[in-house]
Amino acid sequence: MSPTLTDANVAASDPADGLAALQRRGSTAETFGIPLAVLAELTHRCPLQCPYCSNPVELDRGGSELTTEEWKKVLSELAEIGVLQIHFSGGEPTARKDLVELVQHASDVGLYSNLITSAVLLSRERLAALANAGLSHVQISFQGNEPVVADRVAGFKGAHVRKIEVAKWTRELDLPLTVNAVMHRQNLFQLPDIIQMAVDLDADRLEVANVQYYGWALKNRAALMPTLEQIEQTSRLVEEAQARLKGTLAIDYVVPDYYALRPKKCMGGWGRQFFNISPAGKILPCHAAESITGLEFESVRSNHSIGWIWQNSEAFNRYRGTGWMPEPCKSCEFREVDFGGCRCQAFALTGDAGNTDPACTLSPVHEQIFKLAEQEAAADHNRFIYRNFAGGTPEAEDDHGA
Amino acid sequence: MASPRHISVSEASRPVLPRHAKLKFDETRQVWVILAPERVLAPDEIAVEVLQLCDGLRSVADMVDQLAAKYAAERGAIATDVVAMLQDLADKGFLTEARERTS
Repeated sequence: MSPTLTDANVAASDPADGLAALQRRGSTAETFGIPLAVLAELTHRCPLQCPYCSNPVELDRGGSELTTEEWKKVLSELAEIGVLQIHFSGGEPTARKDLVELVQHASDVGLYSNLITSAVLLSRERLAALANAGLSHVQISFQGNEPVVADRVAGFKGAHVRKIEVAKWTRELDLPLTVNAVMHRQNLFQLPDIIQMAVDLDADRLEVANVQYYGWALKNRAALMPTLEQIEQTSRLVEEAQARLKGTLAIDYVVPDYYALRPKKCMGGWGRQFFNISPAGKILPCHAAESITGLEFESVRSNHSIGWIWQNSEAFNRYRGTGWMPEPCKSCEFREVDFGGCRCQAFALTGDAGNTDPACTLSPVHEQIFKLAEQEAAADHNRFIYRNFAGGTPEAEDDHGA
Repeated sequence: MASPRHISVSEASRPVLPRHAKLKFDETRQVWVILAPERVLAPDEIAVEVLQLCDGLRSVADMVDQLAAKYAAERGAIATDVVAMLQDLADKGFLTEARERTS
């Protein structure tokens, strides 16, 4: 009769499969239920200009964003169909003046809310108001462990100092804190200091997330791609820290799939356990899905319910299960383990989202693409293209680090 | 102020779920869940029963007595299992302890 706690983890990067823990029937790939968690990208507006931003290169303008009432209706509908958690993200979600109201509404309808923020726009008063509205968790992105590297990557002077301040307020208000550190060739050397920074900030959790290369990050691949040696060292550092800090700081590690043998189980499978909602109200299988041209995504402003769009829309059904797979996926023993990898990456690198993700060593173009990435990592081209609504701005010649 | 870390669960502990770990019955899936930062845990029936007793007032010893009586089971075995489960939850950061009380 020993009591057990099965981990139904909702983070897409986690090896434990959340949906499978709660719903078991038939083929893993064919199984899909209502997601446990949904990502709400409230806006694409952001004061930072990180060159690896996960938003699409074509950003939604402020004028196209859902209104407060529209978001509230969406939150109510999500709770009704069985979603348990909402991640408020962006762009920068605190750029929305109605954030406290939206968090309060999420609490009122029974959703557990996470805030995924760059933190630079938050005052202590506003953070306290969010806590009072029922916010349950704060995740703050860091670009380094000190202002020189961090502010350069963020493209925002003074960002790092403000983030540190907001992280301290977060713990003072007794909110759990996740430090999200996006890692790449320009900041990997700081990893030991970033881990110590997370401990000093009394964070509960640290995400060491290597950049995933689509959208803005693909534009900046030459400046961001780590070398194989850097990645091997990173993996060692993370493993050592995970053992040393057990019970103090949980560390989640996202490996860059360029240096893996098998592709990542992207989003836990297309349309299987996750969707996100774009600022303009599109329901998407992942935050990069709009980069795939030729797929029509339905909006919460359409005449369909969110539940209908999830179950029935063509875009979600297109790459569900295993029926769409070409060889080598079709007969591969891993087809229900990684589901063929990432559709967005397959599209970005081969022009067809229905191809095997080139991150897989079994893809016919794997060799060619990843040789190129290795060459880029070694070439020492360090100049960023900053993310903005104008399609990107190259870093000033004298700004970039050595 | 921030909740205490490094909780070592013993029979004397009076554990309670922190504000950010919510035990909830999921109507859609008809199961109990623990909602935590970017995670959902699925406790089994007995774990749910233990967690419902975690009110920051009861000691683990009281809970074990109650469960041993209810299931007419050997107390020692129940104590081992309950402490292990609660320690697992504490190590994940989803269990805290009531502050020292003066009474």
